[in-house]
Amino acid sequence: MAERAQPISPLPGVGAATLVAALVLGTLAAVALRADSGGMFAFSDWAALRFTLTQAVLSSVISAGLAIPTARALARRRFFGRQVLIALLGAPFVLPVIVAILGILQVFGRAGWISEALGFFGLPAIRVYGLHGVVLAHVFFNLPLATRLLLQGWQEIPAEQFRLAAQLNCKGMAMFRLLEWPMLKRVLPSVLAVVFAICLTSFAVALTLGGGPRATTIELAIYQAFTYDFNLGRAALLSTVQLALTAAAALVALRFTRKEGFRTGLDRAIRRWDGGSPAIDTFWISATAAFLLLPLSSVVISGVVGLLELPTQVFKAAVISVAVAVASTSILLFLALPMAAAVAVGRHSFVELIGILGLAASPLVIGTGLFILIRPFVNPTAVALPVTALVNAVMALPFALRILVPAAQETVTRYSRLALSLDMKGHVFFASVLLPRMRAQIGFAAGLAMALSMGDLGVIALFADAQVATLPLQIYRLMGAYQIQAAAGGALLLLMLSMGSFWVLDRGGRWHVET
Amino acid sequence: MKHLLIAAGLLSATAAFAADKPQLTVYTYDSFVSDWGPGPQVETAFEEVCDCKLNLVGIEDGAALLSRIRLEGENTDADVVLGLDNNLITSAKETGLFAPHSVIAEYNLPIEWSDEVFVPFDWGYFAFVLNADAVAPANFRELADSDTKIIIQDPRSSTPGLGLLLWVKAAYGEEASEIWAGLADNIVTVTKGWSEAYGLFLEGEADMVLSYTTSPAYHLIAEEDDSKAAASFDEGHYMQVEVAAKLANTDQSELADQFLQFMVSDKFQQIIPTTNWMFPAVTPANGLPKGFETLIVPQKALLFEPDQAATEREQAISEWLSALSQ
Repeated sequence: MAERAQPISPLPGVGAATLVAALVLGTLAAVALRADSGGMFAFSDWAALRFTLTQAVLSSVISAGLAIPTARALARRRFFGRQVLIALLGAPFVLPVIVAILGILQVFGRAGWISEALGFFGLPAIRVYGLHGVVLAHVFFNLPLATRLLLQGWQEIPAEQFRLAAQLNCKGMAMFRLLEWPMLKRVLPSVLAVVFAICLTSFAVALTLGGGPRATTIELAIYQAFTYDFNLGRAALLSTVQLALTAAAALVALRFTRKEGFRTGLDRAIRRWDGGSPAIDTFWISATAAFLLLPLSSVVISGVVGLLELPTQVFKAAVISVAVAVASTSILLFLALPMAAAVAVGRHSFVELIGILGLAASPLVIGTGLFILIRPFVNPTAVALPVTALVNAVMALPFALRILVPAAQETVTRYSRLALSLDMKGHVFFASVLLPRMRAQIGFAAGLAMALSMGDLGVIALFADAQVATLPLQIYRLMGAYQIQAAAGGALLLLMLSMGSFWVLDRGGRWHVET
Repeated sequence: MKHLLIAAGLLSATAAFAADKPQLTVYTYDSFVSDWGPGPQVETAFEEVCDCKLNLVGIEDGAALLSRIRLEGENTDADVVLGLDNNLITSAKETGLFAPHSVIAEYNLPIEWSDEVFVPFDWGYFAFVLNADAVAPANFRELADSDTKIIIQDPRSSTPGLGLLLWVKAAYGEEASEIWAGLADNIVTVTKGWSEAYGLFLEGEADMVLSYTTSPAYHLIAEEDDSKAAASFDEGHYMQVEVAAKLANTDQSELADQFLQFMVSDKFQQIIPTTNWMFPAVTPANGLPKGFETLIVPQKALLFEPDQAATEREQAISEWLSALSQ
């Protein structure tokens, strides 16, 4: 495939991937080299490894499994509030962990809404703590993301194919087998890999919802190695295990992903004639919406009072967070667009693999590694915000690539011959063909990156001093100072800012487009 | 990005402005430097008397703080570290990075303090906090036999979590694992840190949460809410003593000594109760704030010597893990 002449060079993308690899592996190496002694894989680590894998596999399979009918229903139906619902799908993902935990337990906990409702009918409270609780929380975070990615897959099936299918009276299973299943085969593996990678580095969520030390993950062991034991060798070793597991999952996913795509269409708005059963679609859409919106509304309800009397420092932090998020989004696009283009012209494996590693890297390892690397040159505190923006961009990269790569592939496949015949190459092709064709995906990716960066505590906790704090950090500080109500208000502000910027960017990309 | 550059410019401008004064850099935990912690007031108060610039740098929590110092090693930027606790003293001393202090003070601690390197600045008792109208168990055994649900923190990632482990160990010694086995069905869940646990307790997820005897004082004084209380356990309560020390390699040795002496003076100590919500190590001349007299006073203060705490820790954690992983 790489033999064929291509309108753009993969080199910038390979360069960007190399930069990311240098950051992820370089920080890991920095930590490992600072270690006095090598790390050992302790007996208890095997239990942690087993639990980490179990919950990550279950969480990713269930998230992706439930996302299929939901995305299918959303792809087939048009209803009032659909756009808002799709935008809200981004919300669980951007909440700071501590806020999400409180929101989930306000609904599913011992004293949560559901238990109270059950108690009203004389039924016992639900028991949420355990492996199923961990999976529940991870599905809450990842089902929306998986749904958005799959929905995008549905929307990338050319409208002509649906027309043809309708003409041939294809319905139900036949439609699924001929059009939808081939699409899923391409999209699903990478969705699974991304969710798996996210769940692999879970710590606070897994521990709290898991109900105790049975729910010990590798990330907890890394944290312990860094703080209480100060055993950098062990931290580096455990982090390597995480990276290796993610890399393995990504490689498996990539093997399945290398299938030919659909033939291209003329960008008509998709119309569907295969109604299917409205009852089933309605069920999936309302079930998913309820599952996501209940905890979110608990965050909103707890936050309203606090929002009205937020201390000014929180607003200052919000401004800083927006600035960091804008910077982070720019860095992300700067890395992700060339990387997507490189994948599209045939440099799959290296670039895609690197793209997913950002997720598997423990934020503690990246943060500490950067600290070790930067410190000989500048005071790390002085560069806290740029470093946070950079790390947030790398963490958002896997999502951005999942969003951008299919569109880039489609565009290159469709236009490369025409472009080459017009002698349209390099940046001209990039600016006049690729970017405009990918407008919607760029908007989505930028929106997601912006929202993610805003909500993520990231590495700021390792670098910050008293003067600079991001919004998530201020929320944690408020909670640490007993100011739970103000913290809830801050969380609501964060949710509104994240959703607002996500909405603007995502809509911006889709201006005048039906999807 | 433009804003960042402007912000960076402003920061370096203020740094240059302050450069003619000597600078003292104090590493501490994040909640100390937060706008709601003691940091801002301490900075103003010390700068009034020292003719210097005090830089407070916040690093997550006590354990992460010590890791940072170990990471930076001998060429650390810190002149003083403030916010380690008694359980971290032994590993801190093993680094050899800290220097003896010259502080003279009349401490109001329930125990004798004679450490040559570490100076205490506040202290507290761990305790289970509950709603004032609920019935509190009188000790761990009664708690284990009851249906009372509790939320605790993980000793592998949290200071109070480790404190609870040593509390049970100090009170029950060999029988500690038996106590933990009894407590297993009372524990709703274990959290990464204090904030998650306390937040869940306030949401009603459990009857009691591991915190400090001083926690009800926050609700009483800051929120005028007397609905929270701490359970008094008759086997005694384990203590946490928070300490500070001077780095051996500091280039501001005199200023660091001055800061440590200032730390045990009234000006610093009277900030502590209503910002850090702990007991001051030296009670200020005008006493404790109104409301603190309502707090429970444990009959017995439990505390391991730092060396013993360090040796007990590992075994206590594995006992805890096996009792709760059944």
